[in-house]
Amino acid sequence: MQSSKQLKPPVTETYDSLLAPGQSLESVTTKISDIVLFPILKTPTGWLLGFIGAGLLLMLYLYSLATLFTVGIGIWGINIPVAWGFDIINFVWWIGIGHAGTLISAILLLFRQDWRTSINRAAEAMTIFAVACAGIYPLIHTGRPWLDYWFLPYPSTTGMWPQFRSPLEWDVFAISTYATVSVLFWFVGLVPDLATLRDRSTSRIAKALYGLFSLGWRGAAKHWQRYEVASLLLAGLSTPLVLSVHSIISFDFSVAQLPGWHVTVFPPYFVAGAVYCGFAMVIVLMIPIRRVFGLQGLITMKHFDVMSKVMLASGMIVTYGYFGEIFYSWYSSSIYEYYLIVNRFTGPYAWSYWALILFNVLIPQVLWSKKLRQNLPVLFFVSMAINVGMWFERWVIIVLSLHRDFLPSSWASYTPTFYDWSTYIGSFGLFFVLFLLFIRFIPMIAIFEVRDLVHKTTPHTAEHEESGHAGA
Amino acid sequence: MAQVFNRRTNTIVRLGIFVGIPVILALLTATWWYYTRSDWVRDVGVANAKVQPAGNIPGAGGYSHQLHVGGLKLDCRYCHTGVEISSYANIPPVETCMGCHAQILPNSPKLAFIRNSYAKDEPVQWNKVHDLPKFVYFNHSIHVAKGVGCSTCHGNIASMAVVYKTEALYMSWCLNCHRAPEKFLRPQSEIFNTAWTPPADQIVQGLKLKKDLNIRTSSQLTNCSICHR
Repeated sequence: MQSSKQLKPPVTETYDSLLAPGQSLESVTTKISDIVLFPILKTPTGWLLGFIGAGLLLMLYLYSLATLFTVGIGIWGINIPVAWGFDIINFVWWIGIGHAGTLISAILLLFRQDWRTSINRAAEAMTIFAVACAGIYPLIHTGRPWLDYWFLPYPSTTGMWPQFRSPLEWDVFAISTYATVSVLFWFVGLVPDLATLRDRSTSRIAKALYGLFSLGWRGAAKHWQRYEVASLLLAGLSTPLVLSVHSIISFDFSVAQLPGWHVTVFPPYFVAGAVYCGFAMVIVLMIPIRRVFGLQGLITMKHFDVMSKVMLASGMIVTYGYFGEIFYSWYSSSIYEYYLIVNRFTGPYAWSYWALILFNVLIPQVLWSKKLRQNLPVLFFVSMAINVGMWFERWVIIVLSLHRDFLPSSWASYTPTFYDWSTYIGSFGLFFVLFLLFIRFIPMIAIFEVRDLVHKTTPHTAEHEESGHAGA
Repeated sequence: MAQVFNRRTNTIVRLGIFVGIPVILALLTATWWYYTRSDWVRDVGVANAKVQPAGNIPGAGGYSHQLHVGGLKLDCRYCHTGVEISSYANIPPVETCMGCHAQILPNSPKLAFIRNSYAKDEPVQWNKVHDLPKFVYFNHSIHVAKGVGCSTCHGNIASMAVVYKTEALYMSWCLNCHRAPEKFLRPQSEIFNTAWTPPADQIVQGLKLKKDLNIRTSSQLTNCSICHR
C-alpha cells in the first residue's frame, strides 16, 4: 500500500477501474487535501512558474483591454462586412468549452455515472472560468463596456426595454443564468470538502476562511440529506442549461439570414460542438495535472477512455453537421448558399475550412482504437487538435459567411491584428490564473464523493473502519 | 487549537446576508433612482430656474414672459419667428426688443442691457433652458403643424416671470406622446394658447385630429430614426 507521505509514488496506470487498487478512505482524503494544505512558502516550483506565465498573459490581456477602451474597436481587424471577428469567435469558443463541465457534473449525476466523481470538480471549475472568459467578450466587443447596463431590462428614463426579439438579448439571460447556476452548483458541492479542509488545516487564517465558506458544515445526517436534495435540484436546473445555452448562442447566427448561418441544424450542431471541445479541454487540463500532482490513482486511464468515447460521439454529430451544411447548400437551390460552400472549399480562406476538417473530423478518428484512447500523448495531441479545430469552426462560420456579402461590391477580407491575437491569447492568462489558484486553494477532486466511491467499490471489513485495511 | 469562530458568528453572517446585502442594494437603487429622476438633476421647476440673461450683467432686469405674454398678450411668434417654419423656434435678436423699447421705457435702467447690446452690436447671452442632447433631432415646425401646442412641452409660459422647465425631457416623456398622440393634440386655433387644458372628451377629439392631420401611426412615430438620425 502507498504511504501518503511518499512524495513521488511509482506510476502504475489503472486501465479497467475508476480507482487504482489500494485506495482507502484515509488515503483519498490525505492525497487530495495535502495538495491544498501544503504551506504557502513551499508551493511547488512548477505551480509558481505556471502562475507567473499565466500572470504575464493576464497582463497582456489587461493591456489589450485598456487599449481597447481608450482607443476603440478600430484596433481590431474588423470592419464592414466582417463586423464580427475574434471577439465573437472567442466568445463562442470559450463558452463551448464550459459545457463539458456542466454535462459531467449535472447530467452524469442524474444518470448516476460513477466516472464523473474524480473529474467533476475540476471540470466544473473549468466551466466557471471558461464562462468568465467567454462572458467578457460580448461585454467588451463594442469597446464601450461602461454602457453594458443597456443590455439589462431595468426601468430606464428612456421608456425603452432592450430588444427582446433579438437573440443577442437572449444571450444576456442565457449566459448570466448559466454562470449563476454553475457557480452555485460548484459551491454547494464544495461545502463538505471545505469543512474537511477547515478541520485538517493548521493555520488559523486557513481555518477561518475554509470555516467561513463551509457554512458551519458538521457532517450531520441532516446536513447530508439537505446536501443531496440541493445537489439533485441544482443538477436538474443545470441539465437543460447544457442544451439551452449553446442553442441560444447558435441563434445569434441562425436567426440572421446570412448564407451558412440560417440553418435549422445549428442548435444541436452547436451543442455537440460545445461538448466535443469541452471534453477535449478537460483532457488537455487533466493529463498534466494528474501527472504533476500524482493523481494517477484517482484519475485512471478508464476515465480518459470514457471521456474519449464521449468526445468521439459528439465529434461524429459535429461531422454530420458539416455534411449537412454541404447538403443544404445544394438542396436549398439558393445561389448564395451554394456559393458559400464553393467559397469554403476553394475561396481565399479555404485553408481554414480544410484545417477544420482535418482537426475536427479526420484526426479524431483515431479514437476508435481503444489502445490509442488510452495512450496519453496521442490523446493529448488529439484533444489539442479538437480545441484548435473547434476554434476554426467558429472562424469558418463567422468570417467565411461575412466576408462574402450578397452584393459582390461589399466583399472584403478580414485579417486579425496584433490586438485581435493579444485579446485572445491574453484570455488564457485569465483562465489559467483562475485555474491555478483553484488547484492550489480548493480541492480539485471532490474528496467526499471519491470516498463514497471507495466505500462502494471496496469489500467491507467487519468493523467498517476508515483505517484502509480493506484494500483490494 | 481554540475555536476559530465565536458564538455570534452565525448571527453576524446571517444578518450580513439577509439584512446587509439587501439594504446596500436598496440604497444603491434609491441613489440611482434619485440621481436619474430628480428635478434637481434635470433643472425642473421654478426652484431650478436660471437667471436671464446669462451672467450677472450689471443692471440687467431680466426678461419676464409673465409681463410680455401674460400681461401684454404678445403672441409667441412675435419673437420666436422660426417656430412654424423651422426646426429651431429662434431666440429673438436684440433688434426685436428695440423695435418696441426704442419707444417704450427708453430710459429704464432695467433695460440698459438691451440698449448696451444694441449699441455695441453684441448679442444678449440668454440661458438655454430647454436644451436637448445633440443626438436628438427635434423639429418645432412639424409639432406645431400637427397639433402640439407650446404649453404641452413648455408649460404655461404666460405665467412665468423666469422661464423654467416643467418637464424633465426624458425620452420616455417624448415616447409618451409618440405612442399615443391623441392624448395631447389640440385644435390649430389653440396651439399658442399657453393656458389650454384638454377637454373632457380629449381622446375623441385627439383621435379626430390625428386622422384629420394625417399623423402617422404610433409604430412609425416610435421608429428610432424619427428622432435619432
